[in-house]
Amino acid sequence: MLISALDRKLLRDLSHLRGQVITIALVVACGIASYVTMKSAFQSLVYSQSTYYERYRFADVFASLEQAPAAVAERLTAIDGVREVDTRVVQRVMVPVEGLTRPAVGTVVSLPRHGSRGLNAVHLTRGRLPDPTRSDEALVLDAFAEAHGLSPGDRVAVVMNGALRQLRITGFGMSPEYVFTMPPGAMSHDPKLIAVLWMGRDAVAAAHQMEGAFNDVALTLEPGASQADVLGALDRVLAPYGAFGAVPRAKQPSHYMLSSELSQLESMAGFVPVLFLFVAAFLLNVVLSRLVYLQRSQIATLKAVGYADRDVGLHYLKLVSLVVLLGAVVGVAAGAWLGRAMTELYTGQYFRFPTADYRLTADVVVISVSISLAAAVVGALAAVRQVVSLPPAEAMRPPSPVVYRRSVLELLGLSRLLGPSARMVVRELERRPLRLALSSIGISLSVGIVVIAGYWSDAIDYMLDVQFHRSMREDVTVTFVKPLSARAARELQSMPGVWRAEGISAVAVRYRAGHRQRDSALMGYPRDLELRHLLDSTGERVTLPPTGVVLTRKLAEVLEVRVGDSVEIELREGSRRTTSATISGLVDEPFGMQGHVDEETFARLIGQSPTINTALLRVDRAERAQIFERLKRLPWVAAVSYPGEFREQFEGQSGSIMRVYTLILTLFASIIAIGVVYNNARIALSQRSRDLASLRVLGFTRGEIAAILFGELSAQVVLALPLGLWVGHLLVQALGATVDPETYRLPVFVSLRTFAFAIAVTVVSAVISFFLVRRKLDQLDLIGVLKTRE
Amino acid sequence: MDTTSTTVLVAKGLTKVYRMGEVDVHALRGVDFTLHQGELLVLLGASGSGKSTLLNILGGLDVPSSGTVHYLGQALHSASQSELTRYRRDNVGFVFQFYNLIPSLTAYENVALVTEIATDPVAPDEALALVGLGERLHHFPAQLSGGEQQRVAIARAVAKNPRVLLCDEPTGALDYQTGVQVLEVIDRINRELGTTTAVITHNAPVAKVADRVVTLADGQVHRDERNMTRIRPSEIRW
Repeated sequence: MLISALDRKLLRDLSHLRGQVITIALVVACGIASYVTMKSAFQSLVYSQSTYYERYRFADVFASLEQAPAAVAERLTAIDGVREVDTRVVQRVMVPVEGLTRPAVGTVVSLPRHGSRGLNAVHLTRGRLPDPTRSDEALVLDAFAEAHGLSPGDRVAVVMNGALRQLRITGFGMSPEYVFTMPPGAMSHDPKLIAVLWMGRDAVAAAHQMEGAFNDVALTLEPGASQADVLGALDRVLAPYGAFGAVPRAKQPSHYMLSSELSQLESMAGFVPVLFLFVAAFLLNVVLSRLVYLQRSQIATLKAVGYADRDVGLHYLKLVSLVVLLGAVVGVAAGAWLGRAMTELYTGQYFRFPTADYRLTADVVVISVSISLAAAVVGALAAVRQVVSLPPAEAMRPPSPVVYRRSVLELLGLSRLLGPSARMVVRELERRPLRLALSSIGISLSVGIVVIAGYWSDAIDYMLDVQFHRSMREDVTVTFVKPLSARAARELQSMPGVWRAEGISAVAVRYRAGHRQRDSALMGYPRDLELRHLLDSTGERVTLPPTGVVLTRKLAEVLEVRVGDSVEIELREGSRRTTSATISGLVDEPFGMQGHVDEETFARLIGQSPTINTALLRVDRAERAQIFERLKRLPWVAAVSYPGEFREQFEGQSGSIMRVYTLILTLFASIIAIGVVYNNARIALSQRSRDLASLRVLGFTRGEIAAILFGELSAQVVLALPLGLWVGHLLVQALGATVDPETYRLPVFVSLRTFAFAIAVTVVSAVISFFLVRRKLDQLDLIGVLKTRE
Repeated sequence: MDTTSTTVLVAKGLTKVYRMGEVDVHALRGVDFTLHQGELLVLLGASGSGKSTLLNILGGLDVPSSGTVHYLGQALHSASQSELTRYRRDNVGFVFQFYNLIPSLTAYENVALVTEIATDPVAPDEALALVGLGERLHHFPAQLSGGEQQRVAIARAVAKNPRVLLCDEPTGALDYQTGVQVLEVIDRINRELGTTTAVITHNAPVAKVADRVVTLADGQVHRDERNMTRIRPSEIRW
């Protein structure tokens, strides 16, 4: 015989239990798939990023300055710890594009001479590099070119140093420096609005009177070099040339955005899928141990006829392993497919990498499958051990009748309210509190993961609402090419159709309290500020006091200061003076850490009359288009955006990825919930079928015995629902702790919609399970059940 | 038949106390018992008299609370779990009141379950033919009548060529006609194969098919008598 009788039993059991096998395998598959999807997408992006950076020599340190003679470069190379220096001419330009209501913000970057690749090398995706001898050729950022449907050979208009030029596009390119592009002042990533143009060094220098000079430095460090020392030395060398302060790679805008996006993805790819995996494992453990325990009498028979404990254990190990492996195959395949899709979604819509390599590493598969397998094996072995520890003679008997007591309800004198059926339900539940607890915990965990899956959407909606409805109240945000005097705001105010204009100042500062410090920004607002509201944790507006500084709550926590304490503020540009201010209040902002002061305090702190970088406008909506036309023509306007439109844009990009993520997790969580509720019902049916058949023989109707079984199951679900919502809330809190609070803070907020959905998924899966079990119940073999012990 | 020859199983001073919920149940209170080579013994007793407990201990399915039990000189009362497993696997065939067939296996496969691990088995189809089920090899337990299921259980018990066949109320769940058929199978195995057999019943007329009848009452041996006129199962009436 090729296949032993015991293995035949295995296959037949699997086939007989197929409803349960399939649902349990799906629970496993969902746990594994969510882990594999998120982990592999995250790893693929990180891998693509690091190979991109390495291959295209992304710099470690960046510095920009007004202008320095080319010879200074040698002094930079001489700094201890510096490996390679690349000096460039980089200029902000305007790119008015046909069909765009607002001009795109452009950056012209000089290409290295002599055909050397330099740092932050450009990856050519189409066409050719510009001829270094020609001043009318440029290579264009491919995301921008694609967004506008440009082709090599087309011309693009560029306002360089106040003069309009027509440049011929020689090709498209991308660079690690511009993976993630965001126009200044904008809150969203819109490839249409930001252009990068690479041109020959001489052409850029000539256009900006920078011949024999540079205004931008990128450098790499020797392995083991101290970044802080190099930054300090760099600042010292460049200080006479109007340096704006060197920044490490961590603060380079594209990298900063990319890594905060990746860290957000990591928190999504880390906590939640691991949670799913463990929830699935826990449920697997409970369900399989019950399933095995139901075969108590068969286990005893196997022992009676001479099978050793080891043989029996092995038999059930094979059973559960097959279920898990079935789930693992489905889960890994689905996870790999979805992981690739997510990676492509990210790299296609969001990050620009020359190659988006999808990688599914063995450890991701091994870890997820092992955790599931281990949970199943532990569950099954615990059940087998429980049975084999009994002498076979005892295990073959049905378990001795358990001791029932009058239930609490009855002791409270409420027994008159309960009919015999309800009494059975109540006593059964009270008799087996552990089973009730495990079942309810299992269901509540699945409710909890449905909640946390839906949470991301809630968090986005909440943050968008706070940011764009309650905090930013302007119709139009105008960003300037460079800081301007307050006159600029007045000029905007006098524009037809503009009802109100408020200027906002921002300056890079270092906050210091004792030995703790943070580099961040100081924001200054007009005294009669209306168009920007600072909010506290309850969403209430915080008005700026005439003196003192209001800090982001997280910044105060980092500096370990409280309202009333004093904080030192050191300017990181211009005079670099250090002053101090009293902390007069705290605000809760979802992103970043800043200090906010009123304009007079701002002037006092920086020691000069403040300049403004941004203007907020309230306008006549009917004239918005004309206002844009006028703003476009102002040479000192770098970017114009509507906060009101941000939400739409966000939904179209980052938001859509988040929604996909939420959808995937919600789908998995729902399948897990269905699997758990269904298996609970099926196992309850097996456990109670003898009792229920006896009742049928005594004259109970099908409906009556169904009511008893469903009474018990309903009690589990009813108990699990509030517990599950609470578990969901706890999980959301735990999730908040996994993100870097200095970059952004997740609100602990779950919408009623999400709670309602989690309840609905559970209740609907309970109803469907009841319906399926009811069919089995109707087919209950009365005589058969009574004649045998199983 | 020389029933005084070899003693296969010897028990002395067996007691067994179960804890059932909140009370102690004394199932055996000092039982001395022997089972001789080749005999067919009937254990009679009312329900709760301790006969199943005694049989389970003899078969290595349970261990006594005190006392000794030996199988051909091997101590079972102090044997380890794996020794008991080996004892059951090599020497004992069981037949239970409720058949205890594996529902997902056919008649043939239920027998094969045992022959695959036995040292000197007969082929499953042969064993099934012996109990008159040569035609129903590939039926599942649910497709067989109670008597047929019990005969599969007997085939499963004897297919390993056991030294001892222990039957716990083999006719308990069966009607008269079917019960007689099952007893005939057991009787034939005892006569033709010479398998030492102990059969539990609470049904006194069944005792007439035995060589020896031991009656248990309240956990003690009440009577132990030789049946001088062993009859065929078909001749009994109840």
